[in-house]
Amino acid sequence: MNEIRHHVPDPMMRDYATGALDYPFGLVVASHVSLCDECRARLHSQEALGGAALEEAAAADLSSGLRAAVLSRLDAAPPAPAAPPRRSGIYPGPLVEALKGAPPRWKSLGLGVRQCILHAGAEGSVRLLHIPAGQAVPEHGHNGIELTLVLQGSFVDETDRFGVGDLEVADNDLTHVPVAGPGAPCICLAATDAPLRFKGLMPRLTQRLFRI
Amino acid sequence: MNLDPMPATVAPVTCRANAAGLVMARQAGGRRMPDRSGIKAEAGTEQATRAATDTGAQTAWMIAVRDRRDRAAFARLFDFYAPRLKAVAMRSGASAAEAEDIVQDVMLSVWQNAHQFDAARAPVAGWIYRIARNRQIDLARRKRRPEPEELTVEVDPSPDSDQILGLEQEAAALRNALARLKPEQRQMIERAYLGELTHVEIRDTTGLPLGTIKARIRLGMDRLRHELQGLRRK
Ligand SMILES: [Zn+2]
Repeated sequence: MNEIRHHVPDPMMRDYATGALDYPFGLVVASHVSLCDECRARLHSQEALGGAALEEAAAADLSSGLRAAVLSRLDAAPPAPAAPPRRSGIYPGPLVEALKGAPPRWKSLGLGVRQCILHAGAEGSVRLLHIPAGQAVPEHGHNGIELTLVLQGSFVDETDRFGVGDLEVADNDLTHVPVAGPGAPCICLAATDAPLRFKGLMPRLTQRLFRI
Repeated sequence: MNLDPMPATVAPVTCRANAAGLVMARQAGGRRMPDRSGIKAEAGTEQATRAATDTGAQTAWMIAVRDRRDRAAFARLFDFYAPRLKAVAMRSGASAAEAEDIVQDVMLSVWQNAHQFDAARAPVAGWIYRIARNRQIDLARRKRRPEPEELTVEVDPSPDSDQILGLEQEAAALRNALARLKPEQRQMIERAYLGELTHVEIRDTTGLPLGTIKARIRLGMDRLRHELQGLRRK
């Protein structure tokens, strides 16, 4: 695998560790961490700080029976839940789980671009995108933040080139035209915390039809 | 697109240290516990000693729970964490009874998931912190938090006790650095890490003490990254 050059920003990693990220971004961060040792180490470090805060927290008095009640339940404790899924092909474990172990059900967006929506709700959406080599994704801006994690192939936009494992964070200010690189189709995991804004009529129509 | 499993070139086993290796490491290395947190000796010696003692003891207890299902060791962990977990839950708005339900759930998860504990990768406090946060997310949200897949690395049969000790020292130093923050800074960290599940802006207005925390996180990160790279190479 090529070296990962674009990582989860610090504040976002902290939000993941503290539980402040909603599902769409949480899925992207968990997927990136599955691919990236550096970010795995950064996540553990964030959790170590959370642990230190827990150790330093003031203690509350417990009811007298709690300790005995918990100790008496150790034998009856249900077995540990099954281990989270492992990687399958290009899909890291958290994505395999989001796909419920089945291959993505792609829907065409035209021009060879396909998507598979994994979750769409008030807090944002997350989907897989399949873009043929050399194909541009319609120019779009964002009302919020858009995260894009490359799983196969690559894309370039005005800011840089993004290969497998790279995570792009695009905010309000960036209106960009990502173009899939040569070779294999670019497959990426994209999440937003707000609907995308496409320029031009067709994309807006597409936006409504396909819940982009 | 297919979802065929990857060829099984690596054994799906996580690397572990055992308690005996840890005790040896502590005998060999216990005296060279350096204080690298920049603490002025007169202000923080007692705190630093307590943090280091707690961290070392917790690792040994957790390994005893994992490898021997040691109930006495679990009870020690309970005595340390349950009152803190309860206080944290109540600060997020839980009643005393609800908070004790949460304590019960979290501590039983510690018992059930002990096989996943790896002292070379995460200090006990950080590992329990993750379990507690997941419990809070389960209560607050409809969807569970997606978790990274576990590392699959080939087993190193000899426990890396230096790594464990190093990680304990980082964790203790982190706790010391936290204890020395100005009250308002410490409250900011507590709100972000122990409070509601919302983004908290951590402002670095007064500079140095928060800088120490960040430097500690970076040090710990470097250490963990080297460990992970080392595991990949084996
Ligand atoms: Zn990364």
